Amino acid sequence: MKKISIDPITRLEGHGKIDIFLDEQGEVANCYFLVPELRGFEKFCEGRPVEELPRILTRICGVCPEAHHMASAKACDAVYHVQIPPTAKKLRELLYAVFYVADHTVHFYALGGPDFVVGPEAPAAERNILGVIRKVGLDVGKKVIHLRSMAHEILTILGGKAIHPVTSLPGGVSKGINEEERAKIEGYAKEMVEFAKFTLKIFEDVVLANKAYVDLILGNTYTHKTYSMGTVDEKNRVNFYEGKIRVIDTLGKEFIKFDAQDYQQVLAEHVESWTYLKFPYLKKLGWKGFVDGQDSGVYRATPLSRLNAADGMATPLAQAEYERFYKTLGGKPVHATLATHWARVIELMYAAERALELVVDPQITGREIRVIPTATPDEGVGCVEAPRGTLYHHYITDEKGIVQKVNLIVGTTNNHAAISMSIKKAAQGLIKRGVQITEGVLNKIEMAFRAYDPCFACATHSLPGEMPLEVRILSPDGEVLDKVERF
Amino acid sequence: MSKPKLALYWAASCGGCEIAVLDIEEKILEVDANFEIVFWPCVMDPKYKDVQAMPDKSIDLCLFNGGIRTSENKKMAELLREKSQVLVAFGSCAHEGCIPGLANLYSKDSLFKRVYKETPTTENSDGVYPQPVTKVPEGELEIPEFQEKLVPLSAVVPVDYTIPGCPPQPHQIWAVLEHIIQGKALPPQGSVLGAGLKTCCDECPRTREEKKIKRFYRPHEIIPNETQCLLDQGIVCCGPATRSGCGGLCVKVGIPCRGCYGAAPESPDQGAKMMAALSSVIDSQDPDEIEQIVNSVADPVGTFYRFSLAGSMLGRNRK
Repeated sequence: MKKISIDPITRLEGHGKIDIFLDEQGEVANCYFLVPELRGFEKFCEGRPVEELPRILTRICGVCPEAHHMASAKACDAVYHVQIPPTAKKLRELLYAVFYVADHTVHFYALGGPDFVVGPEAPAAERNILGVIRKVGLDVGKKVIHLRSMAHEILTILGGKAIHPVTSLPGGVSKGINEEERAKIEGYAKEMVEFAKFTLKIFEDVVLANKAYVDLILGNTYTHKTYSMGTVDEKNRVNFYEGKIRVIDTLGKEFIKFDAQDYQQVLAEHVESWTYLKFPYLKKLGWKGFVDGQDSGVYRATPLSRLNAADGMATPLAQAEYERFYKTLGGKPVHATLATHWARVIELMYAAERALELVVDPQITGREIRVIPTATPDEGVGCVEAPRGTLYHHYITDEKGIVQKVNLIVGTTNNHAAISMSIKKAAQGLIKRGVQITEGVLNKIEMAFRAYDPCFACATHSLPGEMPLEVRILSPDGEVLDKVERF
Repeated sequence: MSKPKLALYWAASCGGCEIAVLDIEEKILEVDANFEIVFWPCVMDPKYKDVQAMPDKSIDLCLFNGGIRTSENKKMAELLREKSQVLVAFGSCAHEGCIPGLANLYSKDSLFKRVYKETPTTENSDGVYPQPVTKVPEGELEIPEFQEKLVPLSAVVPVDYTIPGCPPQPHQIWAVLEHIIQGKALPPQGSVLGAGLKTCCDECPRTREEKKIKRFYRPHEIIPNETQCLLDQGIVCCGPATRSGCGGLCVKVGIPCRGCYGAAPESPDQGAKMMAALSSVIDSQDPDEIEQIVNSVADPVGTFYRFSLAGSMLGRNRK
């Protein structure tokens, strides 16, 4: 048995690694996606005052601390049975929408986009944001840096710190905004809407206008029929901050719609000894292993899943693109993993439009931003859509609000099984007996999991924006027979 | 003249330190122009064996973030120490364990038990725990060993300098790099770089008076006024025990300091310093009342040692 190790050396809680085993015929026997690190927040939050958790659990991830800050603050509100003032809710959601704009932008331009804009077969040295700039124009690079800088300024105004925000606490937020700050954010939000339009245009001109790309997106190598999860508002439209969680089956029929507090009845997690990360699945269907289909409990929670699980978008430009998305890709649901990139750009549009809606809301500069909780604290669940999947925080406290128990299901974790399966399917489709494992083959395997923007790739949210890979083919006695590197 | 060689690495961390480096924005181009970046897994060439092949001490400056939690973290720390002339503990995790260091309040077994057995969504009737080596039908799978405690970088290798913060603020990171780019001499070995020489209070815009505290409030229990010192208002704020450098970001938005820039200068133990600071503001001579006031501080260990437990003398295991 030969073994191929893909050691991306990037981040979830540690450095993700993929082992691909080949059988004697040189075909893919199996694939394993290993997450080699644990930190144990579920245990060491015990004993902490619950109001501190929005500042503690941000340290799960320095790339999406805003998601943990929000889920945690919402769980704290639930623990204290407190309704936060409308202005506080809008300020939190505004922060969150701006964070989404920044996060999805970086993924599109630095991580996922280069595969399409520059091309999956392009040389590695070209397949990065610099390649995107060369193809689309220098202006793009400037726009992306400018967008990131605007987002940081807004996140500092609203969250106190651009990395690891601090302003949300049980009962509301610690800081409101004045008219001067509001006007500045409004100006930036307008630029963000224009930026989202520009991004959709790039997607249309470069990807959708190219039949080969559309065929690649829709091809079997990158397709998995799984259940889809996402948060929806009262009209079943996508919402990142609040709503009910909806799951649709592989045919697009509603499987369940539930309140976050009931998550334990819907979800369960499977443990394997070869990875520190668990595998969530739909409890009613059970853990059937790494298989897709209507009978498997494996689900996905990604931008694509959120679009599938909803009936539409809550803002006009995003809604128009949503309709075009399903018309182009042959109706709902879409199971083509690579369509996640397009879904992410539609969400970028929604986030920018939503930020603008919120910042022109007359209540946004309200002075009533906090209430002091008075009820006895006990138990609460807080949930938001993190960019990489539905995020659940569940706390149980004593009557003084000291944490007794914590449970967490984190964005990328939802997709752990699906990512493993997508890698295997891509590897099976691409690695055949007698086929030389080239640079292009590696990249096409990598594309299978890059679509999820998995958080172990978080840190490649940066200029080169691609996974370093090392693929080794080992003989049964461990001898290195072949080796391909792409750095 | 060849450019100095720079390496950046992450161990057990959240990725926020890496993002903070990227947040120096267009200055990153100056870093690229002035250093030869020889190792930075976040953005480029990650080959461990290339680092192994480098001559000893050939990396001029290594910024190491993240704590030491697994066997792999330790191995990388040892390797980078061997290859680097100047090794910097970059950010709170490498400096003193940061928030993940609170895990040292519990044993490895209790962490595993909670995560892989007890959590209400976990279905694990066979009691499976992650193992360093697992035999599967196709062969063997390996993951690094999870060690009993999380320790800071200085617990496994000698460290030359520290850049504190969770994360270090981008303007402070740039200040250090610019200093080096300009060829200026570094301060004596062991110094803290990219931070101030006073306490967080020094950067706080709030007004301080003589403190008289009859009870301590938790942050959600009181809406503080916008101009007065938070500690004066009875909110436990770790500013007096914390090094300056962040610019007072949290206190400016009405949230008390939790000490991410580490111990104040010349006070080796942040928690002890904080306890001393609190005891001096209690407004009572009556032992019973003093005890009552002290008891109104929720979770002293997790508050006073929020960022520094693993690096403190207190930082030992508890079942």
